[in-house]
Amino acid sequence: MTHTWRGFDLMRYLPLTNDDRATMMGVIGAATVDDLFADVPAAARLSGPIAGLPLHASEMAVERHMSALAAKNVSAGSVPFFLGAGAYRHHIPASVDHLIQRGEFLTAYTPYQPEIAQGTLQVLFEFQTQVARLFGTEIANASMYDGSTACWEAVAMAWRITKRKRAVLCRGVHPHYVSTITTMAKFTGDAIDYRPPKLEAAPDTAGVIAAIDAETSCVVVQYPDILGRIADLVAIAAAAHGHGALLIAVVTEPVALGLLEAPGALGADIVVGEGQSLGVGLNFGGPYLGLFGCAEKFVRQMPGRLCGQSVDAAGKRGFVLTLSTREQHIRREKATSNICTNSGLCALAFSVHMTLLGGEGLTKLARVNHARARSTAERLAKVPGVRVLNDAFFNEFTIVLPRDAREVVRQLADARVLGGVSLGRLYPQVQELAGGLLVTATETTTAEDIEAFALALEGVLA
Amino acid sequence: MNAHNASGWRPVMGSADHTDTPTASGDRALMLEEPLIFELGGAGKCGVDIEPPEHEPLPALAKFLRAAPLALPGLTEPETVRHYTRLSRQNYAIDLGPFPLGSCTMKHNPRLNEKVARLPGFADIHPLQPQQTVSGALEVIDQLSHWLITLTGMAGVAMTPKAGAHGELCGLLCIRAALEARGDPREVVLVPESAHGTNPATAAFAGYRVENIPATAAGRVDLAELQARLGPDVAAVMITNPNTCGLFEGELKIISDAVHAAGGFVYCDGANFNAIVGKVRPGDLGIDAMHINLHKTFSTPHGGGGPGSGPVVLSKALLPFGPLPFTKLDADGHVELIEEETAGRDYPRSFGRMAAFHGQMGMFTRALAYILSHGADGLKQVAEDAVLNANYVLRSLEDVLDAPFGSSGPCMHEALFSDAGLAEGFSTNDIAKGLIDEGFHPMTVYFPLVVHGAMLIEPTETESKAGLDRFIGSMRNLAARAKAGDEGLKSAPHFAPRRRLDETLAARKPVLVWPAAV
Repeated sequence: MTHTWRGFDLMRYLPLTNDDRATMMGVIGAATVDDLFADVPAAARLSGPIAGLPLHASEMAVERHMSALAAKNVSAGSVPFFLGAGAYRHHIPASVDHLIQRGEFLTAYTPYQPEIAQGTLQVLFEFQTQVARLFGTEIANASMYDGSTACWEAVAMAWRITKRKRAVLCRGVHPHYVSTITTMAKFTGDAIDYRPPKLEAAPDTAGVIAAIDAETSCVVVQYPDILGRIADLVAIAAAAHGHGALLIAVVTEPVALGLLEAPGALGADIVVGEGQSLGVGLNFGGPYLGLFGCAEKFVRQMPGRLCGQSVDAAGKRGFVLTLSTREQHIRREKATSNICTNSGLCALAFSVHMTLLGGEGLTKLARVNHARARSTAERLAKVPGVRVLNDAFFNEFTIVLPRDAREVVRQLADARVLGGVSLGRLYPQVQELAGGLLVTATETTTAEDIEAFALALEGVLA
Repeated sequence: MNAHNASGWRPVMGSADHTDTPTASGDRALMLEEPLIFELGGAGKCGVDIEPPEHEPLPALAKFLRAAPLALPGLTEPETVRHYTRLSRQNYAIDLGPFPLGSCTMKHNPRLNEKVARLPGFADIHPLQPQQTVSGALEVIDQLSHWLITLTGMAGVAMTPKAGAHGELCGLLCIRAALEARGDPREVVLVPESAHGTNPATAAFAGYRVENIPATAAGRVDLAELQARLGPDVAAVMITNPNTCGLFEGELKIISDAVHAAGGFVYCDGANFNAIVGKVRPGDLGIDAMHINLHKTFSTPHGGGGPGSGPVVLSKALLPFGPLPFTKLDADGHVELIEEETAGRDYPRSFGRMAAFHGQMGMFTRALAYILSHGADGLKQVAEDAVLNANYVLRSLEDVLDAPFGSSGPCMHEALFSDAGLAEGFSTNDIAKGLIDEGFHPMTVYFPLVVHGAMLIEPTETESKAGLDRFIGSMRNLAARAKAGDEGLKSAPHFAPRRRLDETLAARKPVLVWPAAV
């Protein structure tokens, strides 16, 4: 093997030696490596490394480069931090990250050979059970990409079940989720009924109910909603079911369900959510994991992977991927979804964290989150010019400022406080929301953080 | 070639030395069974110490509170660590040995990449922080974008798709938006018979009717049939290159030109880009869109089924229609995030958002670390070694297994065999399960559909020659057993944590949560 423009003794990830390469070329009967690329038209074959790109680098050099980039960011843990809006900063027990880095989990593939993938499969079975109990649904799947895509898949599933193509989205659904649904609906021909929220203390339940008609496939309600308010799911479920429509509940903060009643118990037919809060860090927005639960009667219309219990040839209990006749690798263009992945490692992290907490632990955690949000709201309400919007909230609420919150957020950041998500960023086209600031507190929020935020806000608004 | 296990030792199945004596625990030394968490009696336990709340719930919250406690078991930390560690040992993984799943690209996952992804400056930043506090993150996205664009020779890249199939959807939505923008909506997407199942599923999801294109006897797209089918109703052709038979579609440029002449677009499934990275720029072959599975070519870990990441490189014609958000490099080197607020100014024809936030950032940091480690020269070597390893497997097994395209020249990164020549009653599945007993993960089986009893072997570049020789030795042994009608093979695996599982039962009476309804 005659190479090259540069010795490869530095390439720590490539086990073949030049002697190996030469021996193997002999077995194959090829004179040069380019003989193996003979099917590539000569005009398209590159003769050397692509110009203008750097050559290989040592582990130390790469780590230095990446560390320098990381150091340019302000990490949430380094400052008082109050952002939420679909991504939440919680304390992740050290054992979670340790366990998901075990190579047997980290470097396994989709469990297509169940005899040597029982670890992944049992985790998925446990995960499905945890999600179903959390959501109050009969079943749950093995996870989706994230909350927003799970939400779209639920809308598409409702269309398959009801044969209707008009979805009513509540005003309080996360605008990125609305945007995802609207994008997809342009191509599938679903009609989407949606209007942005108003700065009101409680969600517009009457308006949602009035929008449901005999053509409605589903009503999508976020719980708690984007402004931190909590909708009356029972009333909306009754109205939806009265018209033969399904109720889809969306939970972007699953910790809330330690305290709040499960949507499935309140009449939701499909419950989807973002699972990032448990076990998965903020990661600038991904990877996260979509949660997806529903009534068992809908299982054959469900998207995504499912793990099921079975027995092996010796009669021992074991687990397999099942009902794959819904899926693309069997059904091709007739599949319920084109999805070919779940968010396996994130589902594992979620499941480990949930196991560490248990039901009682999640409820305790939820109570602390709510208490910290109460403390934050009470303190911010004392800042001149600030009004707290919500009657009720879990760990996230909206305050109304006397001026554009986008600029306030930037000024707070200059003062090293990450002080929430401005509604102007989420709804740049809605002028009346510009003064809204969404504020989140979790168990990671300290009394000192709250005081620092309040003082910085006073300074910015003064 | 069969140098491993030189002593000829075989596990003894009889009782002469008590190997089948039951144990009281049900465990057998390092073979450890593990109950479900729901069976571990964790009521009231917790592995997290939580402070008491400083407030009771708001009175206004009273009507929303749970009526009954949440019925989920908890475990202390030692019990939790043990539960999951014991479960992990029932998994095969690339860290344990070759995982030659064709088309899936199971290569080594460098641990540096895990380390950098966990730096607080990447792992602990919120997607909606003010841009001034995340400039390093935006630079990561921009740098990775630059590599992907340059390696593929394309005009731009959409970074947000969450996985390969999501990327396919992104590409088709760009195509649909472009066609609608020129007032020429079309109905049909052409897909080769050998395509991944996601291709037709994606095309259908994007609102198209799917038609198959046949293959030639040499395992490539039939150019004449394709050209005959092109017309004003064809929106796009989806082609995998290298294709799922492990072969390069040498006529792709001719195909692209023909599709463009007929007013359509070419979507390339980039699942197999690892075979040609640094050797060929797909943009030079005239394609319009291609997703790149960062978890395949650029080695972000598969994690037991995800998360993936599927950025889509786009041609000049499709780029204006790509999804929000994206990053933009200013003349002064500052990277700006373009999202809803600013899109109207710079990006009015975007088809919208495909998901919340900015894509799989945790995969971007890993992929960028992988790319920087290899560099332009190392990535070329990755492709060459992957192709060399696959051809070595092909030529080392073609005398004992049927290689349907073996005579048509070298393969790319994966070697394809069929079940022709096995004894009556023996199948590809028996070879696969036999490989489990041999200590290997099986290859991809029964895919692509165009080959009977397909066995698709992708060794990747991170296998050593010694490792390949061990694998080849086992495959030769299994081929001989399947040809000789060795009945023991039909009940394999014998030494795995489970024997063959009843998948029919699982589908007929689905038990998806614990406990099973009685």
